[in-house]
Amino acid sequence: MNPFETLLLAVGGLAANKVRSALTMLGVLIGVAAVIILLAVGNGSSQSVKDSIEKLGTNSLTVSSGSGGAFGGALGGGGRRTSSATSTKPLTVDDARALADPASAPDIKSVAPEVSTSQTAVYQGTSHTVGQVVGTYPAYFEASNSKVDKGDYFSADDVLNSRKVAVIGSTTATELFGTASPVGKKVVIGGTPFTVVGVLATKGGTGFQDPDDTVIAPLPTVQNAFTGFGPVSQILVEAKSAGATTPAQNEITTVLMGTHGIKDANALDFRVSSQESLLSTQSDTNRTFTVLLGAVAAISLLVGGIGITNIMLVTVTERTREIGIRKAIGAPKGVILGQFLAESTLLSLIGGGLGVVAGLIGSHFRIVGIEPVVIPESVWGAFAIAVAIGLFFGSYPANRAASLRPIEALRHE
Amino acid sequence: MRLGLGGRNGAHRRGADPKAPPEPVPEEPWGPPPVIEVRSLLKTYGHGDAAVRALGGPPDPATGESPGVDLLVEQGDMVAVMGSSGSGKSTLMNILGCLDVPTSGRYLLDGIDVGGLDEHQLSLVRNRKIGFVFQSFNLVPRTPALAQVELPLAYAGVKTAERRRRALAALALVGLADRVDHRPNELSGGQQQRVAVARALVTAPAMLLADEPTGNLDSHSTEEVLSIVDRLNASGRTVVLITHEDEVARHAKRVVRLVDGQVVADVRQAPVDGPPPALSDPSAFAALSPHSPTSAAAVRGGAR
Repeated sequence: MNPFETLLLAVGGLAANKVRSALTMLGVLIGVAAVIILLAVGNGSSQSVKDSIEKLGTNSLTVSSGSGGAFGGALGGGGRRTSSATSTKPLTVDDARALADPASAPDIKSVAPEVSTSQTAVYQGTSHTVGQVVGTYPAYFEASNSKVDKGDYFSADDVLNSRKVAVIGSTTATELFGTASPVGKKVVIGGTPFTVVGVLATKGGTGFQDPDDTVIAPLPTVQNAFTGFGPVSQILVEAKSAGATTPAQNEITTVLMGTHGIKDANALDFRVSSQESLLSTQSDTNRTFTVLLGAVAAISLLVGGIGITNIMLVTVTERTREIGIRKAIGAPKGVILGQFLAESTLLSLIGGGLGVVAGLIGSHFRIVGIEPVVIPESVWGAFAIAVAIGLFFGSYPANRAASLRPIEALRHE
Repeated sequence: MRLGLGGRNGAHRRGADPKAPPEPVPEEPWGPPPVIEVRSLLKTYGHGDAAVRALGGPPDPATGESPGVDLLVEQGDMVAVMGSSGSGKSTLMNILGCLDVPTSGRYLLDGIDVGGLDEHQLSLVRNRKIGFVFQSFNLVPRTPALAQVELPLAYAGVKTAERRRRALAALALVGLADRVDHRPNELSGGQQQRVAVARALVTAPAMLLADEPTGNLDSHSTEEVLSIVDRLNASGRTVVLITHEDEVARHAKRVVRLVDGQVVADVRQAPVDGPPPALSDPSAFAALSPHSPTSAAAVRGGAR
């Protein structure tokens, strides 16, 4: 018996029970496809988070109110407020001004205090609730890596004169104006008419908030119209370079400790978070996410393998008599073993191959808003593991077939 | 495979049983070895009080030992082993076919002591030395006749072209040259059994071991299969038929009767060297044939 004949025999064996073979292959197929797709989803989600964070600008730092030092930023918010809640001083425009002083903070390039609110915008009867209406300085655009696609940014002059101008995000533009160009049009936001001077380029991104559904207007205009001239919600600081974020962070802490009158470095009432810290937190979360997805997929692959064992055991029982005949006419143990191993391996090989195809096709679609990015190793890995599973899980039934005593096998009805 | 030459001589001298076969035993050690040489063969199933003695007869009340079965079959002979169900003929057939091992006793097949062989060697012996024909045909399902007959050669490692040539020759010999592509479910019972015969003889085995080969066949197919077996034996192939039908036993040169696991009669119907009874005098054989509609029905009714 040469390998080709053994293979042919195995194909014949599988073809004898097509539905059963197909269902067993389906088990392996689903397992392999799940491994490929789920790992691609995990990978895709971490890629897109990385991309969107990098889009925000890696030089920028965010100062927000509340205790907790330089940890976690937005992700870690809300956890540690109780101890210093009474002494918390809000961030103000004066704080921002102090940070902009090049003498005390030489590593800071620009400072943009921002207030944000949510308002309904109306244009010619079309109404849309804007996720984020931000009042800030022109420096915000560079620090947050927001680029204007059409029109222009508003200027420092607009800020000084509290002009009612706004730069809107691409989602907001589409919602309100459709395909028409919004530049120069007047839109009513929360009862105040604003002139649209520019439209931001699409950032794209994941998460709960669409970064493109935004209206950015001069700080005093927004304060005047909506939030009042109280504290600002956060201060966006841009460091001189990516390497200067750490000294810039220290300078911010020193300056704000001065303006807030804090002596103890452990009792800060503000937080400075860099994109870098956000990035590392996010990638940790994503790694856990990917590992979990991979584990779920691996389990389904294992279940597929058990399916092979199960079906091969049934096959061996069904074909006991045939095994007896083969043994009676002189088939050595090794040939019987090879025949059934070839069958189970073929099951996993075909199932795994189709699983790879299904996985690669499946990862072309967006899944829960995530663009899957296939990890090449996962394709080879899943396929190899599937084939190994066929060999491993097939070896028990095959061994059982090979060890049957011919006389008992022949008597089997 | 080791040859049991020395042991064979010793076994011969011990064989002083009164019921031993009457024909002359070849005493010179370099003559052709007998195809089957069985000495004091015993087979029991179970242990202690529950033990069932399938072969070898009841124990001697004085010594507590069974006499065992002795059997010597020479090359070219055609032996029918007869007995009712439970007489131990199937057990004997399994042991002769190397499908089962005896509890005690010696078995030399074509000069080879089978007792000392491991599983792999036994499969080689079955492949090279024995051609099986079973009552229920036992063809491999879903396999065309040609592949079916090629199978033993494939296990023996014969090259594809040679295998094909020999398989076609064997199928032509049983008159199925035009049925090579048919699967078992597309063949009649008689045709299936003829495929099985072709499969059994394609390796040119030392003996053809047929267990109730006509038990599942109608009288016409029975005649067909038996005439093929007759011709095979006439061309020198050793044949052992296990049967309980007199009609089948008539074809044999020698009839061995088993009762309760013991040989009770051993009758020679034709000489070892000559053609089988059906071919030496066909007209006389046909005249004696109980082949009338009533007896054919009786034969079929008697088949289990």
